[in-house]
Amino acid sequence: MNQEKQSNQNKELSVTELDQKARFVVLFLILSGVFWLLFGTLLALVASIKMHLPEWLGSAEWLTFGRVRPLHLNTMVYGWASLTGAGVALWMLSRLLKVPILLRGYIIVAGAVWNIALLVGSIQILAGFSRGIEWLEFPVSTMVAIVLCVIIMSASVLLMILTRRVKQLYVSVWYILAAFLWFPLLGLVSSLPIFDTPTVQAGMNWWYAHNALGLWFTPVGLAAAYYFIPKVLGRPIYSYGLSLLGFWGLALFYNWNGFHHLIGGPVPTWFVTISIAASVMMVIPVVVVAVNHHMTVVGSFSAIKYSPTLRFVVFAAMSYTFVSLQGSMQALRSVNEVIHFTHFVVAHAHIGMYAFVTMMLFGACYYILPRITLREWHSKKLIKWHFWLTAIGIIIYAGALQGIGLFQGFAMNDPDVPFTDTVTMTIPYLIARSVSGILMGAGHLIFAWLLVRMVFQPGEQPATPLIWEKIRKEFAL
Amino acid sequence: MIRYSILLFGIIATFMIAMFGLTILPKIFIDEGVKEPIYFTPFEVTEGHRIFVREGCIYCHSKQTRPEGFGADVERGWGRGSEATDYRNLLPHNLGTMRTGPDLANIGARQSGREWHYINLYQPRAINEESIMPPFPWLFDVVSEDARPGRDGLNLPERFRIPGKKILPTDEARYLVAYLISLDQETGVQ
Repeated sequence: MNQEKQSNQNKELSVTELDQKARFVVLFLILSGVFWLLFGTLLALVASIKMHLPEWLGSAEWLTFGRVRPLHLNTMVYGWASLTGAGVALWMLSRLLKVPILLRGYIIVAGAVWNIALLVGSIQILAGFSRGIEWLEFPVSTMVAIVLCVIIMSASVLLMILTRRVKQLYVSVWYILAAFLWFPLLGLVSSLPIFDTPTVQAGMNWWYAHNALGLWFTPVGLAAAYYFIPKVLGRPIYSYGLSLLGFWGLALFYNWNGFHHLIGGPVPTWFVTISIAASVMMVIPVVVVAVNHHMTVVGSFSAIKYSPTLRFVVFAAMSYTFVSLQGSMQALRSVNEVIHFTHFVVAHAHIGMYAFVTMMLFGACYYILPRITLREWHSKKLIKWHFWLTAIGIIIYAGALQGIGLFQGFAMNDPDVPFTDTVTMTIPYLIARSVSGILMGAGHLIFAWLLVRMVFQPGEQPATPLIWEKIRKEFAL
Repeated sequence: MIRYSILLFGIIATFMIAMFGLTILPKIFIDEGVKEPIYFTPFEVTEGHRIFVREGCIYCHSKQTRPEGFGADVERGWGRGSEATDYRNLLPHNLGTMRTGPDLANIGARQSGREWHYINLYQPRAINEESIMPPFPWLFDVVSEDARPGRDGLNLPERFRIPGKKILPTDEARYLVAYLISLDQETGVQ
């Protein structure tokens, strides 16, 4: 008994040591991610408001909708989600492999270069030097710089796996390794100057854009779900076999989804058909992962009341199932005929990048930061506000835009409805979208304040842990 | 138990196969048909395309019409379905994904008047009261009524006029409109 306690304590200590080594790298990546989150939110609000008030800031060339809207996407994708996602992934890997994050100095330099590249790229888009390809608006120089930074992190990931202190590679490690191999490859191929005719470039465009979500953010998000759900609940994942099936299903099918963005477009139909088939096949890995996660949570669902991490992570995991099944359906020609070119798809993309990826990262941050800073979150109440503002915000966003998007699609396919009517019918819902954006933005400000409070310690710190006491008692962790 | 080497191989292989299928194969198949016709694209049109990209027009206007029987593009009078050869090898591709505004693949055939485009770019509400398109005043010069004699200002509705001033399109506006008018799938491709 005593001996067991002793060895447990040693293990605990080594985990704390790992966290202390990870501290600066992970904090740097997460904090710079949150900076881009706030900047991207501001851009989102400007773009959203401009849609129902087109004259607002109308004479400011740098702030025209066609520049703010792509920059919003790029700062959220390559700033917030990528930087914070990388920080979260590296921290999980260090914990899972029981080795400290390697090449820490190089990663810090890479992170700094990455941030500078984002800044330069942002100015270039606002000044009108966008590459003009959706999801790839940053000039090639910015993109290549970002990819080189990711490659440094990928090297760290490979070295950590080679020097690992555990025998088994947990499922989260598979996903993280895959993400850090797929994303640089994607970025490099998309920057090659070989896609030199318009329709071929369009094909590359959607192969890239869909895979950026499917092969970079999704694996990082799923790795987090596979890590935090069992971790917080203190029980193993439901089925190893299902994890295996889910992982290889994703690797096989997600890769092929891109061309469903070109249904009805000027490309050979058989490419599109391959992508539709692969999109429908995605049902397998998605359902498998959903069952695996659900069966792990079942019976301890009440824990989401006490653990902010679990609350965000479970919300995100459920969103992943929802948005993926929706995506498989949207790829069907009959559905796509209605919803393509409408706000429905915009909302779909936000359920993916926000309700799934962003909420997952919030949940991960709530777990990681107290452990690497050895401090508690300042206010339980503010965390609740953060959750409800962002959760309600994204639900309003998705509900409003998907609801009206469907009608917009039907109206557009009815030649008797004048085109202008397909625009005017959306206005009240575009206003609702701006309101939801304000809610989410308020949530982000709260999150940023909690972070600043924890890391830079202005004011008094709480003496005792706020959230964890109760869950520790409840589940005897 | 997945072994490291199998994992590594599987991750790279699944990616490479799909990359070949969705980027290299289309390049081989589509390029063959598209590269052959060599278009003469006037300077104004290529410059106009650059400004079209710069102002992010594509985030609200798709530039691909759907074929007969899929959607209602043909019935709306937006022209036949777009073909790979309609894009005149202008990069980036600008196929677009949104129709907050109408499709532009065939706008040159629907609106061939330059004046209409100038007014719409300067003040979309002057053309359509309910438009939510942003204005692009930086593509226009506001000069006093008697400056640059011989050039008429835009024929704007009363409420958008500026007293004592006239509004003239800049070179950039002329290029952009030249590009928009060149988007004509009726005569563009044989």
